[in-house]
Amino acid sequence: MSWDLLINAIAAGVLLGGFYAAVTAGVSISFGMLDIVNIAHPAFIILGSYIAYFVNINYGVDPILVSILALPVFYALGAAVYQVYYLSFEKRGQESLRGLAFFFGLLFVTEVSLILVFGVDYRYVEAAYIGPSIHIGLLDLPLRMLVPCVTALALFGAIELFITRTFTGRAVMAVSQDQLALQLMAVDPIRIKRIAFGLSIATASIAGALLIIIQPIEPSVGREYIGRVFAICVLGGLGSMPGTLIAAMLLGIVESLTATFYGPSWAPAVAFGLLLLTLAFRPAGLMGR
Amino acid sequence: MSSVNTAKFSLIAIAIGAVVMAFAHWVHVDYLYFASYTILQFIVLATAWNILGGYCGYVNFGSAAFFAMGAYSSVFLHKAFPLPVPVLIAIGGIVSGIVGFGMGYLTLRLRGAFFAIATLALSVVLQTLVVNWDYVGGSRGAYIIRPEELEFAGITVNYIEYLFALMLALAVIAVVSARTIERSQLGFGFATIRDDELAAEASGVPTLRLKLIATTISGAFMGMAGAPFPFYIGYLQPSSAFGLEYAVNSIAMPMIGGTTSWIGPLVGAILLGSAQQYATVTISSAVNLLIVGLMLVGFVIVAPNGLVGLVQGWRRSWRKP
Repeated sequence: MSWDLLINAIAAGVLLGGFYAAVTAGVSISFGMLDIVNIAHPAFIILGSYIAYFVNINYGVDPILVSILALPVFYALGAAVYQVYYLSFEKRGQESLRGLAFFFGLLFVTEVSLILVFGVDYRYVEAAYIGPSIHIGLLDLPLRMLVPCVTALALFGAIELFITRTFTGRAVMAVSQDQLALQLMAVDPIRIKRIAFGLSIATASIAGALLIIIQPIEPSVGREYIGRVFAICVLGGLGSMPGTLIAAMLLGIVESLTATFYGPSWAPAVAFGLLLLTLAFRPAGLMGR
Repeated sequence: MSSVNTAKFSLIAIAIGAVVMAFAHWVHVDYLYFASYTILQFIVLATAWNILGGYCGYVNFGSAAFFAMGAYSSVFLHKAFPLPVPVLIAIGGIVSGIVGFGMGYLTLRLRGAFFAIATLALSVVLQTLVVNWDYVGGSRGAYIIRPEELEFAGITVNYIEYLFALMLALAVIAVVSARTIERSQLGFGFATIRDDELAAEASGVPTLRLKLIATTISGAFMGMAGAPFPFYIGYLQPSSAFGLEYAVNSIAMPMIGGTTSWIGPLVGAILLGSAQQYATVTISSAVNLLIVGLMLVGFVIVAPNGLVGLVQGWRRSWRKP
């Protein structure tokens, strides 16, 4: 085993992990804090990728800029989805079976619609930072990975600041612990949940742009991320943003090592193994309460 | 219906199966066998899904994985030592049942959502394993040469008719089992889990054991549905065995038909299955999957108890004008 191969694999894993953190941030809010099992989240991410792709190819706008401009649209979409979910399932106490089926249906409808519109060919975006790399000694950092990682960490930091420093953010944390107490503070828990869910879907816009920068995509790529996203979320500890970040880095490194030393076709199995091990031995996760 | 006991119901189900078989033999068009085989396969999948999903309230998104496991155990055994298809069906059922048990053992002690997520991830991982496993064809897929005819006790039978008959028998067994479970002590135990697991646990219902039984039976039936599939299709690719249409259909059919009784998945599978056979031929397979997805979303929002629930609602309102 050569050292520079190992060091580069770990570096690539850290960059990948940063990106995974952005992908998981939304689920960490919806599943971790609001207890909404949004398995359709990866489908929203792919939707974000296709929007970035469409604008980038036709108008030459930078994909990350597109995703930031699309944030309000995704926020509104998320708020609307939560409203339907609340009225149809949460209010009636049917979220466990039918709520899950609802999100599964959304996942499926989004994927098939994208197939109908864009086909199953792999699509990619064009930007100045796709291609060149930075060399530091033995290290070889492709900008294609570095830019998404830095953007992801910025997004992650912004969410953490919002949740810990603002009133609404603290209310989001509170709604995950005691809804009744929140009502006694004259805060409408449904409104807080709608804001939080809107925010969680909004992150999918940025995560989507980052995804299509890292790899060419087709509509069914999202399914590979379901296992990863929930593995990270559970491993990190539900609702813990720092835990999510650590778990994302961990998965990124393990996957990168697996891909380097055993072959990339085995990488998707790593997340699932990690998920099963976590569920079997420490269901509370690394930083779970 | 409720007065009919299990023995009588089995006889009726077998009689209906025999009539369907006789009718198909009388029409004797190969396309009819192909199309109805798919519908029967969906009856088995939907009924199997409902044993866990409808009776216990635990969602399994990995129907495709269990189905593919049955299909690939057939491919593996067919290459290693050829066995008759009914034996392969039994083995496929055992393999998928064991995997269902293992999955359940690891995740069913936690909240329901974890089981659902784990089943979703299971498909991706098993597909990764199969793609990397050259013996069963890897990503290239595996050919299984289907014989034209089968010699059986001196009579030659058309092979596709033989597969059709096997799937028909399997569908009858699955529906009868589902109905028997529903009316047995086991079924009442399942219903307590669905309604209030905590209360059931507190009243001494062995919830974990019951959930494991449900996962194993459900997984086994899905595996059995998948075992004859390589012979039916002739060329098995990972992407076709793990196709999303199995996962979505086996959820959509019971949800649209109604999840609380055996008749829901049956009605859902027959209606949705025939509609899809028709739509695949006339429109396109992607559009028809889109329709299934939209119907699933629409039904869970508007008619949470499916078609059976709608019909029951209408009956009640007719009785009390």
